[in-house]
Amino acid sequence: MALFLSVLEQGMIYGILALGVYITYKILDFPDLTVDGSFPFGAAITVRMIGGLGLPAVWTLPAAFVGGALVGMCTGLIHVKLKVRDLLSGIIMMTGLYTINLWIAGTGYVAIFDKENVFNNSFVKSILPSFLLDFKNVIIIFLITLAAKYLLDWYMRTKSGFLLRAVGDNDTIVTSLGVDKGLVKIVGLSIANGLVALSGCIYAQQQRCFEISIGTGAVVIGLASVIIGTSIFKKATFIRVTSSVVIGSVLYKACVALAMYAGINANAIKLVTAALFLLILVISTDRRRVKGC
Amino acid sequence: MLELINITKNYNPGSVNEICLFKDFNLKVSDKEFVSVVGSNGSGKTSMLNIICGSIGVDSGQILINGQNIVKQKDFVRQRRIGRVYQDPSKGTCPGMTILENMSVAENKGKPYNLRRGVNKARIEAYRDMLRPLNLGLEDKMGIKVGTLSGGQRQALALLMATMTPIDFLILDEHTAALDPKTAEIIMELTDRVVREKLVTTIMVTHNLRYAVEYGSRLIMMHAGNVILDKSEEEKRRLNTDEIMGIFNRISVECGN
Ligand SMILES: Nc1ncnc2c1ncn2[C@@H]1O[C@H](COP(=O)(O)OP(=O)(O)O)[C@@H](O)[C@H]1O
Ligand SMILES: [Mg+2]
Repeated sequence: MALFLSVLEQGMIYGILALGVYITYKILDFPDLTVDGSFPFGAAITVRMIGGLGLPAVWTLPAAFVGGALVGMCTGLIHVKLKVRDLLSGIIMMTGLYTINLWIAGTGYVAIFDKENVFNNSFVKSILPSFLLDFKNVIIIFLITLAAKYLLDWYMRTKSGFLLRAVGDNDTIVTSLGVDKGLVKIVGLSIANGLVALSGCIYAQQQRCFEISIGTGAVVIGLASVIIGTSIFKKATFIRVTSSVVIGSVLYKACVALAMYAGINANAIKLVTAALFLLILVISTDRRRVKGC
Repeated sequence: MLELINITKNYNPGSVNEICLFKDFNLKVSDKEFVSVVGSNGSGKTSMLNIICGSIGVDSGQILINGQNIVKQKDFVRQRRIGRVYQDPSKGTCPGMTILENMSVAENKGKPYNLRRGVNKARIEAYRDMLRPLNLGLEDKMGIKVGTLSGGQRQALALLMATMTPIDFLILDEHTAALDPKTAEIIMELTDRVVREKLVTTIMVTHNLRYAVEYGSRLIMMHAGNVILDKSEEEKRRLNTDEIMGIFNRISVECGN
């Protein structure tokens, strides 16, 4: 049961990250490695605000989002204005953020066990009936993830969101519409990394600590979630792609948990992750053409 | 009035592949003119359109619109008053968006792309009325992704989208070349109707000499970065496709192909 809950919690937390990766990878066609830095960036902001500064925990959510958005904006500016290749722009930001994250958090490991957070505070305790207290994390994470998903769905239907979809689809048309396509890409990268940092913010509060290494491989988790989600529900029209991405993230976490449960050494888990990722990619690519000839 | 004055354009300057395409190239297009442009492959037709739209820069020269030099203006700023349709049907529309979404995003050109709803439900009927005269059945498919349409359907939609908002110039680059002859005919007739209705200054590059003679109020032939033939409306009326074909073949032979 505890394992099941933990899979759900982590799956949905990383689901928010996957929403961000969905924007860059699927919509903008931009392999954004900034994620490995912006995920811990959100976490670092959070522990600093809760631990160091003693600020209310709810403030961390908008703060992390805005911080992440600024980081994404920098990646976008490096790519668009300085004309650095997409992959390299992300790598530069990711590398630089490592130091910035340490600097914000103070050290590579910061615990906030004794502090109130979005899951553990007097408001939640007063509002939630006692029989649900065991599920408070999963409920709150569910609500935040749902809100993030619906906000993104809403944004995608606005005029600005239409441009974002258009720039990934066919950037020539964005220029024809009299809009600077570079600006649209920067906006997309900002929203994406805002979501990623928000994910890191919730992760730090669920884990009740910050660890500098949590960013390593974050982009892989996001990519795997997006690919699992979008390929499983490729044909399903009743489910929105944002929902499928979040479900993909939960499934991915379930696979990893299963591997751990099966007794695979914690040190070997990265290798398992890589193998799993490869497997998903191979399964999800349409190979009808190959069979045909 | 659109004027290209002493345009010089080199591709790959400073390398062994340097190509001097335009040297002191000049062209004047009056308001409401419908210019058909023909010319051999590589004569610089697409490059000329790209220069007008700001998609590529020039080495020297001026581009004047109503006397104002726009050489330094960014492509997306310039294209606010230009509608453009490309040879490749996938360039003028967004394949991952529906017909309705495509038309909505196109109609917003010139206005801010803010956080208001992307689709204005009150406009759907108006869009249907625009699609109906095309006779392609698109008015009943507003909710389907444009990527699933045929090339002709997409090109018709692209033309509609390019001319939905007030524009000063319509730029067409072999926009019927990728279509089958029947569809090409439909798109060409649609083009003519749109140009007449909107009275928009139009430059149409075409590979089809018959279209060039039949449509438009002026005919230009380009060769190796120069205008080698420029026929006004009356001169053009006396011209027939065979004569143009004769001139066209002559320059092609001189060129050795
Ligand atoms: N991006 C480019 N880089 C280098 N050479 C180019 C480029 N675009 C066009 N050219 C060259 O310029 C010449 C004119 O090309 P283009 O304008 O496409 O001709 P057209 O549209 O009349 O067929 C060709 O010789 C072509 O090789
Ligand atoms: Mg061409």
